[in-house]
Order: sequence, then C-alpha cells, then structure tokens
Amino acid sequence: MAEEIAKRAELICRGLALGYENQILISDLNFDVNEGDYLCIVGENGAGKSTLMRTILRLQKPLAGSVLYGDGLTANQLGYLPQQTVVQRDFPASVREVVLSGCQSKLGMHAFYPKRLKELAQTNMERMGVDHLAKRCYRELSGGQQQRVLLARALCATERMLFLDEPVAGLDPKVTIEMYRLIAQLNAEGTTILMITHDIHMAAKYASHILHLGQEVFFGTTEEYRASKIGKRYLDDESAETAEMEEEVLK
Amino acid sequence: MSEIFDKLQMYFSYPFVRYALIVGVLIALCSSLLGVTLVLKRFSFIGDGLSHVAFGAMSVATVLGLTQEMLLVLPVTVISAILLLWTGSSKKIKGDAAVAMVSVGTMAIGYMVMNLSSNSVNVSGDVCTSLFGSTAILTLSRTDLLLCSILSGVVVVLFILFYNRIFSVTFDENFAKAAGARTNEMNLFIAVIIAVIIVVSMKLVGSLLVSALIIFPALAAMRVFKSFMSVTICSAVFSVVCTLIGILVSILYGTPVGSTIVCADMIGFMIFFVFGLKTGRG
Repeated sequence: MAEEIAKRAELICRGLALGYENQILISDLNFDVNEGDYLCIVGENGAGKSTLMRTILRLQKPLAGSVLYGDGLTANQLGYLPQQTVVQRDFPASVREVVLSGCQSKLGMHAFYPKRLKELAQTNMERMGVDHLAKRCYRELSGGQQQRVLLARALCATERMLFLDEPVAGLDPKVTIEMYRLIAQLNAEGTTILMITHDIHMAAKYASHILHLGQEVFFGTTEEYRASKIGKRYLDDESAETAEMEEEVLK
Repeated sequence: MSEIFDKLQMYFSYPFVRYALIVGVLIALCSSLLGVTLVLKRFSFIGDGLSHVAFGAMSVATVLGLTQEMLLVLPVTVISAILLLWTGSSKKIKGDAAVAMVSVGTMAIGYMVMNLSSNSVNVSGDVCTSLFGSTAILTLSRTDLLLCSILSGVVVVLFILFYNRIFSVTFDENFAKAAGARTNEMNLFIAVIIAVIIVVSMKLVGSLLVSALIIFPALAAMRVFKSFMSVTICSAVFSVVCTLIGILVSILYGTPVGSTIVCADMIGFMIFFVFGLKTGRG
C-alpha cells in the first residue's frame, strides 16, 4: 500500500520547517501531492503560504526537512504563476513574447525558438482564449487577461504541475469565477494544481485537497476538511454570503 | 549648407575619420542593447557605479604608464560587476548602498592617484578626459579603435544569441528559475556584459556620461513601442542615429564628442516623449 502511494506521488514534503532567520513560520510540515490532485493552500496573511510555494519551487531553501519530486518530475516541469511584480507593470512586451518565454526551459542549446515551440505557444494561447491578443502589449491588458496570458506561459513550461500564487488577487468577481473554472478545467485535463488562495469557499468548492496553514495546520481531502473542526470554523464564517454572491454574478 | 558638405567631404577623405565613425556606430549599437534590461531590472545604479570604478581603474592605469589601459580597466570593471551583483542579492548589505560606497571610493582613489603621480603633465586634462571622454573621437589611438570594435562586436553577437534568455530573466526571474533556467548565471552574464559595454563606451563619451548612452535609447524607445523586440530594435537605431549626429556635429563645430552625443540623445528622447504622448502610448 505504502509503495503504491509513493509511486503516484509527484511531490513529497517531509518535516518541512519554513521561515526567516529568527522566525519560524511553519515547522514539521508533511504532505504529499499526487498526480491529478488539486491542492489549495489557505491560511491567513503571513502564515507562510508563499514561502511554502517558493520552497517547493526551490526558489529558497527550507530551514529543515525536504521536498522531493516523485514520478520522474524534474525542476523544468514546474509551471509557476507568481504574483505580479513591479517590473512587469511597465515592461514593454507583447503577449506572444510573454507566452513564448514559457518555452525557455525547452530551448536546450538553441538560441531561438524553433517552430515546434512557437506552435506550442500558439496552442496554449488558444486554450486560454488570448490568441486574439497576441500582438497586444502585455501591460495594457486587463487583470484577468494578464492572468490568462501568464497561465498560457506556465502551460508552455509544463503540462504536469502548475503552481498558482493567488491567481485571482485583484480580479473582479465575474472574472474571478471564470478564472476558477479555467483552472478546474485544466485540472480535469490532467494537470496537477497547487494554488494559494484567500477564498476558502472557492477552495472547498474546487480543490480535491486542502492545506490550511496557521496556528493549526490541516492537510487532507476537501471532505475531511469540511468535517474537521478548523474547516467548519472557517467555512461557516461567511459561507452563505459568498455562495450568494457567486449565484448573483452568474445570473 | 554646401560649405558643411564640403567640410564633411574633406574630413571623410581621411581614413581615421571613417574609422572613428565606424567605431562610434558599433559602440552606440552595443551600448543600447541592454538598456531595457538595465532600466527594468533596476540595474541602472550598477551601471552608474561601474562607470566610476572604470574611472578609478583608468587613473591607476594612466599613472602606471600602461600603454594599453583597457587591459587593466576591463578586468577590474568586470570583477567589480560580479562583486556588486553578489552583494546586491544578499540581504545583509543593501545593494544600492554597496554600489554607492564602491563608486565613490574608487573615484576618490582614482583622482588621488592621478594627482600624486608626477608622471602626468596635465592632471586636470587627464581627469577631464576620463570623466567626459576624449575631446575629439579623432584622438583615439588605432589600438583603441580596434579593441573597441572587437569588444562591441562580441557584445552584439552574444546579445543576439542570448536574446530570448535575457528576455525571460528580465521579465520574470522567479518564473524562469522555477522552470529550470539558470537565472543566477544569466544575471552574472548580464553584469559582465554591462561591464564590457561601460569600458568600451567610456572611450567614446567618458565615464560620467556612459549611463546616458545606455539608458536614453531604451527610455526613448519604451515611450513609443510596445513589444520587447521592437523596443530593442528601436533603441539600437535611436542610439546609432544620435551618436552619428553627435560625432558629425562635434567634428564640424569642434565640440567635445561625448557631451555632444549625449545632447543628441536628450533631444531625441524629447522628440520620442512628445510623440509618445501624442499617440497616447507609453
């Protein structure tokens, strides 16, 4: 049984401790992510959600513990959708250029993108519905369009595992729901999703697993989360409200 | 008007004038290429700091009586670039503070060394040349010209080969790193290229004005164009045109070549700025 799980696991975190020099945010964190999972990482600001994601992506080192990639997954198969940086706000780049840059890890020794990669970029732009914007300037797009472009770029880097750091931050409710649906659709097509979000209800609605960081740490399936004490406390807080809002927007 | 053409024609009959123009164009081309990266990655302060380091190294080389100063200036500047990038990425020392310290320090040393040495007859003249460039590009030596052309050529070729990688590391370093790109090496590579560009352009405009040659074309192009490719091409063309105008004006009217080029860049930038406002872009 144990072997079977190990085989399917794409990501194994064992005894992770995260934080800064003198402040430990999280200690002894254990969880696995299996192929096809949809894991939402929730928790308050400063609970270490982004730090955790950066550690898994090997952008920073853990204080203790280890992150293992399983099932033949290597670092150049991780697609990342970071929070927007200041640089990007005035960067002159067309949508096509941005999406194509996702193919960079597949360049190998080539200096320029071969036709195969250009087609890959085109396909992903079409999947995300931004192909008609290809020649537009990235910084002139709306927030939702920008996120779609970045999703297309991440898809160019990988089909297997996407890391999304608050992909709906700053989007209006309608676009937010579209975004969640798009991500769910990608997950249904076989991409493993790891997502940081503030919206616990959306997480409970779409995700297969929840990782709740904070004073108490919870990891398990969404059903287990709903049944758990911590899950109940957070979900009951404002669940009615958000559900209503979603209904309204959809109408 | 025809007087000007006659005068130009007279000058062009000398081969060294033609060489000077060619070198000027090459330097202008390579210095403009990394401008966008420099501006957007907030590396401009490193560029500025490095030009001061280059000044210090240049003074030491002059005092030592090296016939080919660049052999000292180039390695010193490249090493400083690597060190500055290093300290910039560690959080313990603030990057910009480190740059300020290094650049002011090397300038002080450079000026002091130049003053103390009695080898030089015209200290203020030497200092002025290092800071603001040769009074005329025509006074550059043949080896200077040759070395400048080779280095500029190398920079241009490297830039073209690494164009896509430079783009992704500039646009989103975290994404590139997560996707398996060797971003630290890329940053180092960019810093080294910047160092080379600074040393090369110093010959043309002097260490104080180098930043202008790097940054003006990129800023001007960003006012009007919207894709990375078009901005890069436009800033290259902008830089070459302004430098050519600057050199020609300086030959015709005997103005110092470095500041004439920078003035041409400034006027060009203003034109692009107004154009950008009119078309509602930028």
